[in-house]
Amino acid sequence: MDFSLIVLVVIVAALAFDFTNGFHDTANAMATSIATGALKPRVAVAISAVLNLVGAFLSIEVAKTISGGIVDDTKITPVVIFAGLVGAIVWNLVTWLVGLPSSSSHALFGGLIGATWIASGADAVHFGKVVEKVLIPALASPIVAGLVALTGTFLVYRITAKARPDVVGKGFKTGQVLSASLVSLAHGTNDAQKTMGVITLALIAGGSLAPGSSPPVWVILCSGAAIAAGTYLGGWRIIQTMGKKLTEIQTPQGFAAETSSAAVILASSHLGFALSTTHVTSGGIIGSGLGRKLAEVRWGVAGKMVIAWALTLPAAAIVGAIAAAVSTRGSWGTVLVGAAGVLLALGIWLVSRRNPVTSATVNDEPAGEAAPVAA
Amino acid sequence: MTINWGALGTVFVVALAASVVLTGLFAVGVRGLSDRETVRAQGGTGTVQLTGAVACFAVCAAVIGYGIYLIVA
Repeated sequence: MDFSLIVLVVIVAALAFDFTNGFHDTANAMATSIATGALKPRVAVAISAVLNLVGAFLSIEVAKTISGGIVDDTKITPVVIFAGLVGAIVWNLVTWLVGLPSSSSHALFGGLIGATWIASGADAVHFGKVVEKVLIPALASPIVAGLVALTGTFLVYRITAKARPDVVGKGFKTGQVLSASLVSLAHGTNDAQKTMGVITLALIAGGSLAPGSSPPVWVILCSGAAIAAGTYLGGWRIIQTMGKKLTEIQTPQGFAAETSSAAVILASSHLGFALSTTHVTSGGIIGSGLGRKLAEVRWGVAGKMVIAWALTLPAAAIVGAIAAAVSTRGSWGTVLVGAAGVLLALGIWLVSRRNPVTSATVNDEPAGEAAPVAA
Repeated sequence: MTINWGALGTVFVVALAASVVLTGLFAVGVRGLSDRETVRAQGGTGTVQLTGAVACFAVCAAVIGYGIYLIVA
């Protein structure tokens, strides 16, 4: 198969986004298992990486999920997709730096919306679809997952109230390994798909594939590998936020939170209601915090997360729009945007080195509320 | 713009049911293991408790397996 240089650039950018998606979302599946000590940090990310790869191969519904009619497919060019991806990557890196679990899907949608708006005008964006497919699920998913996790946690503590604490601790540690694995698998079937869809869309837009084609095997393989590699790298900053800062988590709570999240994600993907895995798992953790008596939810941290969620789509859209404005001017523009993106990523990585969170320090008590915001 | 409230409601009900069944049964299973220890400490065999616990875990595994089957198929 041959394709133009710009399509190749889009593929590289899409895989880069997939990689950030992986390490941004490791926390969704593994934060609670790492926090409770059910799994060693390195083992947790390795399991999650493998299951993400497996999940990528399980999925079949691809082309539909990417744009989902949010932008007008006929007005999209590879350059616009590239600009959208740059917006999504930049926002993912910024939120990772401050340790906020924002939705990678929203970043992707935001980037694409912003880029399309600038390149083809506002009427190329279907705002009704944005409300239907993005805003409503964003509000509903944490509440649904939270309520489910609250019920599950309450039930677990009620049933095991008189049981021996040592047996309970050991039992739920094992349970957590399984429930966390299920969340990883669900994540692979959901998020790896989005990148596959974007690459397929670029190949169609570039004329290498016929419209309506399924993703070729090499696309599935590359996307699965990129998200698995990102997952294995581990987004330790976000894992710390979700596992330690939001609420203190015990193994039965972690089990209930993960089981609820997996149930919500799998139910919604099967019934065609698109929810963000990040929103679901965050809601699940808060719900499990409320479900255990006296467990305290740090609403300040939760509030910051909600602000990040609200900002994700517009912020990624703005970056995507700027990227589109520059890169549609010609090849030099695209090169400029690509170079700026790489430099920015490098800069963020260098800043993160000053205050690193690693597999060894992820379970330490976070060093004060103000630190991550100031970084 | 059509907001699919029906689908959202279904997701909520299905997830709630699956989650309650899974966490509830797993908790009952753990409780069974705990009871087994208690009975054994008092000189009993605890076979009944162990059987109950294993049955709970087996149903959990079956529910998860069915869930994955629904997604893949």
